[in-house]
This record gives sequence, structure tokens and C-alpha cells, in this order.
Amino acid sequence: MVTLNSFLVLGALVFCIGLFGALSKRNAVAILMSIEIMLNAVNITLVAYASAFQSFAGAGHGERLTGQIFAIFIITVAAAEAAVALAMIIAIYRRRSTIDVGQINLMRW
Amino acid sequence: MSDLAWFLVGALVKSIIAIVALLTAFAYMTLIERRVIARFQRRVGPNRAGPFGVFQPVADALKMAFKEEILPTRASRLVFLIAPAISVVVALTAFAVVPLGGPTAWGNSSIARAWAPYVADLNVGVLYIFAIASLAVYGIVLAGWSSGNHYSLLGALRSAAQMVSYEVSITLAIAGVLMFAGTLNMVGIVQAQAHQGIWFILAQPLGFLLYGIAAVAEVNRAPFDLPEAEQELVAGYLTEFSGLRWSLFQMAEYINMITASSVVVTLFFGGWTLGSLDGVFGLPFIWYFIKVAVFLFIFIWLRATLPRIRYDQLMRFGWQVLLPLSVLNALVTAAVVAYGLPWWVSGAIGLAILLIVAGAFYATARRSQPKAKRGAGQVMAAPTSVRLVADAPLPRSVDESQTTSVSASAGVK
Amino acid sequence: MSLNIATVAFYVIAIVLVGSSLAVVMLRNIVHAALFLAVVFGAAAGVYVLLNAEFIAIVQVLIYAGAVTILVLFAIMLTQNAMSRTSSPFSGQAWLAAIISVALAAGLIFTVGSSQMALASPNASANLANAINGGGTVARIGQLLYSPFDYSYVLPFEIASVVLLVAIIGAIVIGREE
Repeated sequence: MVTLNSFLVLGALVFCIGLFGALSKRNAVAILMSIEIMLNAVNITLVAYASAFQSFAGAGHGERLTGQIFAIFIITVAAAEAAVALAMIIAIYRRRSTIDVGQINLMRW
Repeated sequence: MSDLAWFLVGALVKSIIAIVALLTAFAYMTLIERRVIARFQRRVGPNRAGPFGVFQPVADALKMAFKEEILPTRASRLVFLIAPAISVVVALTAFAVVPLGGPTAWGNSSIARAWAPYVADLNVGVLYIFAIASLAVYGIVLAGWSSGNHYSLLGALRSAAQMVSYEVSITLAIAGVLMFAGTLNMVGIVQAQAHQGIWFILAQPLGFLLYGIAAVAEVNRAPFDLPEAEQELVAGYLTEFSGLRWSLFQMAEYINMITASSVVVTLFFGGWTLGSLDGVFGLPFIWYFIKVAVFLFIFIWLRATLPRIRYDQLMRFGWQVLLPLSVLNALVTAAVVAYGLPWWVSGAIGLAILLIVAGAFYATARRSQPKAKRGAGQVMAAPTSVRLVADAPLPRSVDESQTTSVSASAGVK
Repeated sequence: MSLNIATVAFYVIAIVLVGSSLAVVMLRNIVHAALFLAVVFGAAAGVYVLLNAEFIAIVQVLIYAGAVTILVLFAIMLTQNAMSRTSSPFSGQAWLAAIISVALAAGLIFTVGSSQMALASPNASANLANAINGGGTVARIGQLLYSPFDYSYVLPFEIASVVLLVAIIGAIVIGREE
């Protein structure tokens, strides 16, 4: 039986996989991809809650779809973030001809 | 639950019918295109296999099936094998929500409604088509990348940039139609046109033209077939493909053409509706197919008539002309809809914008023509963006030989 | 009847989603990883359809699979030779990252499993049937996003569009060649 918990567990698993990638990869593009996976996991959780609220009698008229609206905003911001991050990666590649985050350490203390 | 199961069975059967029909249509589109282009070029075209060449597609298919399928040594094997399949699957998937007829095309009983002539009646049908169409770029990018050669990769990157750029305009161009219809559902849009008593091209002439141009670019047809520009890139992403895999890409291109024509008919030309003749069995179908055929003919006509445009022209046109005009069209339509003005206001404003833009184009085209044309007979027909090392007039004899060679090669082409 | 079409669909999509996320993180060839990223986005869209959010599903395919992944592929092809193929794609602290991720996953799943907040379960099969029979939430989402009179998110929406504008200009300025 598929319940709200199934979706929440799925979101948690995917989020942690993305977290592992974001913390452990060396290629900057791979880190960006992992972050996108994490954002997707959060979206799954939010939409699952929205779906649960749709059949929840106590919720007000507007609140029932709040999770979906949040998901739309997250998608918007994620798209903007991807564009800026990729532009930065290309700019770094042009200057230093590497995108290994271990070697981009000019500002390290 | 059994409702869902019945829906799935129906969708499966209808999908199979649609796929077979689309593949047959693809086969005969290739024949029709070759015959029509031959007429344009005062040739005869393929007419040997059967009466009027009707068995030519069969012969082509057999030829393709027995050709050697080359796998380049530097290719990335798996991706190289699945890239053509991605193209075709995406093209076929997009057609699922195109309605060939209304929900009551076969009658009003519940069984007839379940077998209505579309695979799915999605609430977000228009967005679905554009979402799936935006995946079409994968087939091309992956084909170019996996071929392991630079011409292919360049063709792939070009095509990705082109399709992503024109997608923005295509979505904004149809926003006006969606505002008038008040729904994203394909069947709903057709019904809205029948209900309001107009075809939306009357209210959205500018939107129609913008969508048409962007759609030609989106399906990579001439004059926007930059990804396979053979003069510059050998054959772009297609260079390393042969045999059946090559014909899969052709298949995807023609199916995309059919889908784009169907979307134009649905959004701007009233779909299948015939007014009082709707009830006549089969007639709405024929009417719909005639309209789609007209747009397919226009695709062929464009290819026969227009030269391929340059890459910088393509990008400049997409971002500096199409996109601002699409935004303008969306704004005007939004104002008309919000203030409850009649449809002809937006139609008239759209036509006015169209005339102004056309006039501006004509004026700049006149001004940028070389002055020498009116002078001593020296023709330096280089575009303004090409910088020559020395802009000295050429000797007379050289000029003549160049002119003849240009016209000769044009004749061959 | 617990094993219905929606349940089967959920488990298939969940396995594809988790498997392809793992592939994105683990694969050595970054182009293959980007392809699996597209699969992740497609599977997430499937989850949204099961959750009666067909608009989010379509937007997900349109923006993530159609645009973001293509951008990522672009970046990969432009920075092709930046990473050597032989060295490990993981940094030296990968073991620490693994411990943190596994601990977080265990904590989250334990919390979800032992939660007392018994909300109504989303009825996946009803949602699936609803989505394909043409019912849906698009109109409501439109009102919630744009309506100037009702309870709506019109101000956040405007702020989001400003964010997008800033991001466009920023990306152009950063990515431009001097």
C-alpha cells in the first residue's frame, strides 16, 4: 500500500544520495548535478504533503496546494541557480583550465 | 480500478494504431516530398517503382535495411546505439495528446467516448507536447557526442543551442492562444474555437506566424537545418550514422513535422470542427487531414524555396526578433483578454505589428544592399557581417567566372 | 486489493529513481551521469503524477529534463578535458561524506517511520485515474499564483521573476569572454 510515508522515505533516500554526491565529488559539474537531485527530493516531499492535505478536511481552501506552489518556486530558483553555477564553472575553466574543486583553492585560508 | 485498467487497454490499442499510422505517413511523406520537390525543380522524381512510384518507400526501406551499419571505432557504443531510438520515441510520444476528432467522434455512448480518436485527453495537453518536444534535443546531442568526431559534436552543440533558443519563443508565441482558450487541454482549445465561432488565427495572426517560424526551427527543417549543414559540417550529427539508424533520424524528423502541423491546426485553425457538419460520420477526419496536409506541403515548399540561413543570423533572429515579438504578442493579448475587448482588437494589433516589422525589415534590407549594384556592374554580394581583407573591386574576368560558378553550383543543388 | 496498478507504478518509479540517482553519483563517465540525471528527473515527474500534481510533472520535464540537463551537458562538453579519465571522481573525504549521508538517511527514515502525525494518505490510484481523466489542479494553481484578489502568491511570484531576471543577467555577465 502506498502511503504518505512511502513518498517521504523515497524523498529521504534520494536526498541522501544527492548529499553524498555533493560532498564527495571532485568535478564541479557533478556537484551541481548532485545538488539538483537534492532539490528534486525536497520537491517530492513537498508535493507528497500537498497531496496528503488535499484529502485533509481541516485545511483551508488555499493551503491545500501550498506544497505544489512551493515546488514551483523551488523549480524556478533551481533553474536560475543552474544557469549561474554553470556560467561560473565555465568562467573558472577558462581561467584555470580545471574544474576540480580540490584545485580551486585560491581563497582557502 | 477497472476504469483505469480499461483506460490502459484502450490507450495501448490506440497508441499502436497511432504509431503504425505515423510510420506509414512517414514513408509516404518521403515519397511525396521527393515528388513535390522534383516538380519545383522541373524534374520528374521517383516514378519507377509501381504506378506514380507508390512502391518507392518499400524499395527505400529494403535498401536501408540491407545497408551496412557502421560503428565508428571512437564512438561511445551504447549511447551511439540508443540515440536514434531516443529521437523516434520522443517524436512518437509527443503525438499522444493530438486530437484527431472530438470526444463524440464515434457517437455519444460511453464505449464510443472511450475510443475517441486521441490516445489521451490530458488536462495539460499543450504543455505536454512542448515538454516532450524539448526532449527531442537529446537524440541529436547524444548522437553528435557519441560519434566521437568533431563535426558531429559541433552539429550537436549547434542544434542544442538552436532548439533551446527557439523553445522559449515557441512557448511564448502560443501563450496568446491559451489566454483566449482559457485551457491547456487540446480538445478544450478546439471546443473553445467552435464555441467562440472563430479560428484563433484571426485573433492571433502574429502568434501564428511566430509559432510557425519557431516550429520550423524546432523540427530542424530548411531553412533552419543548421545541424546538418553539409557545406560546413559534413552532415552534422548524422555524419557517422548509416543504414536503419540513419533512417530512424529521418523518421523522427518527419513525425515531428506531422506533430507540428497538427498542433498548428489544433491551436490556430479549429482542429476537426466543421460547424453543423460535425455529425457526419468521418467528415471531420477528412477535414482535419486536409488541413494538416496543407501545412506539410508548406514545410516542403519552404525547403524547396529558401536557402539555409547562417548560424549567427539564426541566433540573432531567434533572440532579437522572435523573442521580443512573442513577448509583445503575449502582452497585447493579455491586455485584450483582461479588459474583455473583442477578439478582432488583438487581431488588428497583431497585424499592425506584423506590417511595421515587415516594413522595417524591408527598409534595412534595402539599405544594406551593396551600392555597387546600381553602379558599374560590380557585384560584391558579401553580407555585411563578412569582413574582407581588402575590399578592392575584383577584375572583370574573375568576377564573371565567379558568378557563373556560383550559378552552376546553385543549379546542381 | 492492495496490489493495484498505482502501487506497482510507485514501486517501479521508486526503484528507477533511487537507482538512477545512485548512477549519477557513482558513475565515472560524467556524460553517462548526466544522462542518468535526465532519468532521475523523468522518474520524479512520474512521482508527481502519482501525487495528483500533473502540472508540476510537466514543468519538471520541461525545465529540468529539457533545459537544465541540456545546460549541464553543454558545460560538460565545453570543459571536456578538464578532468582526467583515470583518477578517481571522488575526493579524499568521500568516506566521511558516506558516513554523514547514511546517518542522515537512517535518522530521516526512523523519524518518518515513528512519526505520530498521522495525516491522511495520498490516494495514489485515485490520483492516477484523476490525472488521466482530465480532472486536475491546473486552474487552482493558476489562481493561487496570479490572482490579485484572492488568497494568492502573486508577490512571491513577482519576486521569483526578478530573481530569474537577475540570474539571466548574472549568467551572461559571468559567462562572457573578456
